[in-house]
Amino acid sequence: MATKILIPTPLRGYTDQLDEVEAEGATVGELLSDLTTRYADLRKHLYAEDGTRRNFVNIYLNDDDIRYLEKDQTPVTADDTLSIIPSVAGGAWS
Amino acid sequence: MGLQALVIQADADTGIRRHGRDAYPHECCGALIGRDHVVTEALALPNSTDEGPRRRFLVRPVDYLAAERRAAALEAELIGFYHSHPDSPARPSRYDLDHAWPTFAYVIVAVERALPGALTSWRLREDRSTFDEEPVTVRASGQ
Repeated sequence: MATKILIPTPLRGYTDQLDEVEAEGATVGELLSDLTTRYADLRKHLYAEDGTRRNFVNIYLNDDDIRYLEKDQTPVTADDTLSIIPSVAGGAWS
Repeated sequence: MGLQALVIQADADTGIRRHGRDAYPHECCGALIGRDHVVTEALALPNSTDEGPRRRFLVRPVDYLAAERRAAALEAELIGFYHSHPDSPARPSRYDLDHAWPTFAYVIVAVERALPGALTSWRLREDRSTFDEEPVTVRASGQ
C-alpha cells in the first residue's frame, strides 16, 4: 500500500527534486523506513547517529503531529498524506 | 572551488538588519525567499523558542509552512533562514550546526548593543560536520 509523503525544500535534493514521493507501509514508522531505504541519503538528516529522529524533524499525518497520535506506531492508509515539516532552530549559545 | 555568492537585494538586507535591531536583545529570525541564490524577500517570522530568546531562536512548523507558502505564491524558492546573534559574532554556534538543514543558506547578522553589524551566510556541509561560509553580496533592489 503506497502512501504519499510530502518532502520539504531542503530535502528535495535527496529525492530527485521531487516534492512528493510514495512509500509503502502500514504505520508511520514503516513508511519512514521504506522512504529512507529508497532515498538512503535522507537518513542522516532525519536521524541522529544513535538512530533517534532529530528533534527538529516534525512528522505530520494529514494535519496532526504524530507525537500526539501514536508516534511511529500510528496506522496509515493509502488515503493519508504524511508530511516532513522542519522546525528551524539555532542561536548564539553552543 | 569556493561556494557561489549569496546575493541579497538591498530591501531584504535592510529588513534583516532592522529586524535584528528591533528584536535586540533577543534573537530575531525569518525566511529568505528568492531564486537562484538571489534573496528578494526577507520574511520576518516569530521567534517561538522557550529556551530563552536572547540566545536561541525557533521557527515552528506552522511558520515554516507559511514561509513555503509565501515562496510558492511568489513563484520563488525558500532559499534559507536568517537569525541574529545579539552581542555575539556572526558565526554559527555548535547549536546552529546541530540543528541545520542541508542546502539552506543560514544568514547570521551580529547585533552589537542594538546596532546591526557583520552579516554572514553559511551552508551545512553534506556530512553535517561543519558549515562552509559563502560570500554575500548586497545588490540594489530591482536589479
